[in-house]
Amino acid sequence: MAKVSIPTPLRQFTEQKDTVEYAGATVGEVLNGLTGQFSGLRQHLFNDEGKLRNFVNIYLNDEDIRYLEKTDTAVSDSDTITIIPSIAGGLN
Amino acid sequence: MATTTGPATSTLNNEEIHRYSRHLIMPEVGIEGQQKLKAAKVLCVGAGGLGAPLAMYLAAAGVGTLGLIDFDVVDVTNLQRQIIHGTKDIGKKKIDSAFETLTDINPHVKLIRHEVALTSENALDILKDYDIVVDGTDNFPTRYLVNDACVLLGIPNVYGSIFRFEGQVTVLCAPDGPCYRCLYPEPPPPGLVPSCAEGGVLGILPGTVGLLQATETVKLILGIGKPLIGRLMIYNALDMDFRFFKVRRDPAWAPGTPHPTIKKLIDYQEFCGVPHASETPAPVASPVGEITVKELKAKLDRKENFVLVDVREVHEHQICHLPEAKLIPLGMLPQRLGELNPDDEIVMHCRSGVRSGKACGILKEAGFKNVWNVKGGILAWSDEVDPSVPKY
Repeated sequence: MAKVSIPTPLRQFTEQKDTVEYAGATVGEVLNGLTGQFSGLRQHLFNDEGKLRNFVNIYLNDEDIRYLEKTDTAVSDSDTITIIPSIAGGLN
Repeated sequence: MATTTGPATSTLNNEEIHRYSRHLIMPEVGIEGQQKLKAAKVLCVGAGGLGAPLAMYLAAAGVGTLGLIDFDVVDVTNLQRQIIHGTKDIGKKKIDSAFETLTDINPHVKLIRHEVALTSENALDILKDYDIVVDGTDNFPTRYLVNDACVLLGIPNVYGSIFRFEGQVTVLCAPDGPCYRCLYPEPPPPGLVPSCAEGGVLGILPGTVGLLQATETVKLILGIGKPLIGRLMIYNALDMDFRFFKVRRDPAWAPGTPHPTIKKLIDYQEFCGVPHASETPAPVASPVGEITVKELKAKLDRKENFVLVDVREVHEHQICHLPEAKLIPLGMLPQRLGELNPDDEIVMHCRSGVRSGKACGILKEAGFKNVWNVKGGILAWSDEVDPSVPKY
């Protein structure tokens, strides 16, 4: 089971859970498990064609999966997948 | 008498030598480093949550020239975090209030005011006179504008952003380093990411993040330590956790070459999908029907048969709520649709009407026909129906 770290802005879709665990051989499979359980999260991670959105970065440990094998990147049980969306601030 | 050596430094007088003595006795700063600080020109974009603490510390540290861009006015809700302003400053221009504080902290700093909105027309002209830009803005169009201007001018951009208990810090646009577009190639469409006005922010958080930005700025000026170039730091205040992630420069952007796609400043409102303020909004194909709070009050008084849904969060519900409303937070709506009947008339409200508008869209897509959004939300209810309901 790989650990998925949910960022604060997206915890409203995961019943406020900060980490969840899913089985899966690849990053894509783990994320499918996540969005299968929390359907409200899906549109924030994937576009209508099922491609990862360009304003949400997915890291396997400390590496951006864009520079690995994207959603096909292999995952082991000791790995942490971290979702990092762009946040603008919002000071007003 | 102080003596100066080397280029790009400024002489310190005896009062300054005394003032900065705790810097001067550290070999990593010393007289030479302090002179570099005095010679440095730093631009703070925004004098809000991030800009407030970082400008105060940069002034105190002896950064010689500090520019501030801001055209906002101090509001009471700013004071929970923007400690450069005080209660006496409510209603003043932020830039005036900030200058008063900064001058008091360190009268040796030359302050430059830019009381304008940063735009594609003025950005290059304003930024070109500075050595480092510190981005403390609050919206995506300005973030991409600041980034692109820094890329074109070759100026490092010390980036910080915040949400609730979480902050992001990195150094962008350093020589051969990544830029904001390497990190996030595209902005999210409007509405998909909640702002702090919607999501809230722990008042201390921008202090921490702003000071991390100030730290990186001072390190860049002094040329010491390991700056956050190619590393994104995520700080979580609740977990008291600092994590670091690699940020790679876009492989299409070879070191030492101009950026392959950023050639000039563009229309960033359009790039980020934000309608221009001057334009009337385009008609929406399937508009969500709206009712006013007065109409809602009349429906409730007549005991009409409809379901009122509050799509705010549980903690907002605890501040104030309408007793007739059923609470389903917006984020939970897709998986709790089964609790609503598509044959019922459904009226949705939130704090101001934005989230409930999105909620109506979700219901319409799911095939609900009789769905209404309460215009102005519970804030309007407080203004127009029941002033005993607190506004937050």
